[in-house]
Amino acid sequence: MSDIPSELQYTKSHEWVRSLPGNRVEVGITDHAQAALGDLVFVEVPEAGRRLTAGAACAVVESVKAASDIYSPVNGTVVESNAALASSPELVNQAPYAGGWLIRIEIDSGGAAPQLLDAAEYARLLADEAQ
Amino acid sequence: MPFIPHTPDDVAEMLAVIGAQRIEDLFDEIPSALKSKALSRVPAALSEMEVGRLMSERAARDGRPLNFMGAGAYEHHIPAPVWAIATRGEFYSAYTPYQAEASQGTLQVIYEYQSMMCALTGMEVSNASLYDGASALAEACLTAVRANRASNSRRVLVPRTVNPTYLQVVQTIAGNQNIRFESVDYDRQSGRTLVDALRRYDGEDLTALVVQQPNFFGVLEEVDELVDWARANNVLLIGVVNPIALGVLKAPGQWGSRVDGKQGADIVCGEGQPLGVPLSSGGPYFGFMTTRMQYVRQMPGRIVGRTLDAVGNPGFTLTLQAREQHIRRAKANSNICTNQGLTVTAATIYMTLLGADGLARVAEASAARTQELVTALTKIPGVRATFSGQRFHEAVLTLDRPVAPLLAALAERGIFGGVDLGQRFPELGNALLVCATETKTDADIAQYARALAELQSVPRAARGAA
Repeated sequence: MSDIPSELQYTKSHEWVRSLPGNRVEVGITDHAQAALGDLVFVEVPEAGRRLTAGAACAVVESVKAASDIYSPVNGTVVESNAALASSPELVNQAPYAGGWLIRIEIDSGGAAPQLLDAAEYARLLADEAQ
Repeated sequence: MPFIPHTPDDVAEMLAVIGAQRIEDLFDEIPSALKSKALSRVPAALSEMEVGRLMSERAARDGRPLNFMGAGAYEHHIPAPVWAIATRGEFYSAYTPYQAEASQGTLQVIYEYQSMMCALTGMEVSNASLYDGASALAEACLTAVRANRASNSRRVLVPRTVNPTYLQVVQTIAGNQNIRFESVDYDRQSGRTLVDALRRYDGEDLTALVVQQPNFFGVLEEVDELVDWARANNVLLIGVVNPIALGVLKAPGQWGSRVDGKQGADIVCGEGQPLGVPLSSGGPYFGFMTTRMQYVRQMPGRIVGRTLDAVGNPGFTLTLQAREQHIRRAKANSNICTNQGLTVTAATIYMTLLGADGLARVAEASAARTQELVTALTKIPGVRATFSGQRFHEAVLTLDRPVAPLLAALAERGIFGGVDLGQRFPELGNALLVCATETKTDADIAQYARALAELQSVPRAARGAA
């Protein structure tokens, strides 16, 4: 059973979103996603200042067997990306909700609220996908 | 690997499993209007005996011409062991099978090839080869666009001293990908690309600068200044190099000054044909590409790595495959997912046999032969060297009359006298690109000079009237 922290929000494409002070969020991939991908060998994250569109690919995680796009959960601008992942992509496997975070985004002000799932909804999604 | 064709029974069994009647049923998805019914312009099949005879007759028409043409493909001596080894059964079907790791020998050859190309170009990582030099440059430009994160312009500077055929191929492959290729003129006196010609781009957002060394005219570019200009302007430098010339010239990885721990070209590519591959009517040749480890995930093509198997024995494997089409699909770095196995095998054997010293001797001899050729030909009235810049093994000559009829007359005497530059470089007038490699003897050069002197001795007007 994968770990789904109750204080986070989620996307259908298996990213998690943590609200930060100000109008910012931190984004990563869920425990379920990292387990499905297997050992990561490379993570490509966007540079600070890049404009992101909700639902569009913004990063790539590569395991020994596959490379998968990560989709931005919100419209906004990259404030910071996790520099530690360049040399230690395994952080995503080891601590997907902590040291394995991918990017921090400043959400566009005045836009519509992003369509996200809460922990219970995401757990139901995983249960449905498992069937 | 043995070649095992399917028997009619095999085919019938496979069709039965998938529920198809005939092989043609597998192509039902293609609308019938799009299928060509008959290949009306393709003649009827010939027997092996008939084909053998036809091709021998055609080959005989080539004669044994004395070749002074270069312009991207070069005649070098190929030691007999190169193709004796490359055509052994184990190598001759050098295409990697779909379970590539089953062919450890093939992968080891590619790994050794990659190591040699890295050493030759002074770069950190090489792929397993590309189709040819021109397509390698196109792939290098696309790699630069992916790799240069500091640039958003997708503008690539391609000096006119880059092989014009390469530029055509680059525009064909990359021209529809929203990349702008901009030309940079050369200095008429030296035949070089001057840094001064780049100054007007200072501070602009440019993605890459292509530098060919030696350039299309055979002239040596001032690569140190060009690479330093590129670094200072956050422009990635793509070096297009002749691998034989690297036997004596500075490796692209050492071009320019060291700035912030970085030195040299960012991506290096070129045509591998001079390394043991015969001219053979224009192909197959192979392209090579090397780069910095920093950009390895942006590089196209296969890469072979050395690793340990489950019990700790060393072995070879395809690596970093997540860049490639079979995994990344539409988002792959390139649609190139193969390599030129056989010609790369020949090149690897060629480099192994010659070693660094042998390669340097081939390069030195070729440069010396071309110098002798230029000296001999420019003694003829009406013939002069076009450029003052230092050259490698090619040179542009300016003649006092049109080049095409002269080349035709030389060909009648069994001499391929060079390449007419008139169409591609009209500003140079009657310009002829000549090349002599280590394969040319004193007698060969004298024979060419005699024939050209004879043709030049006919007054221009008289010849024009004839």
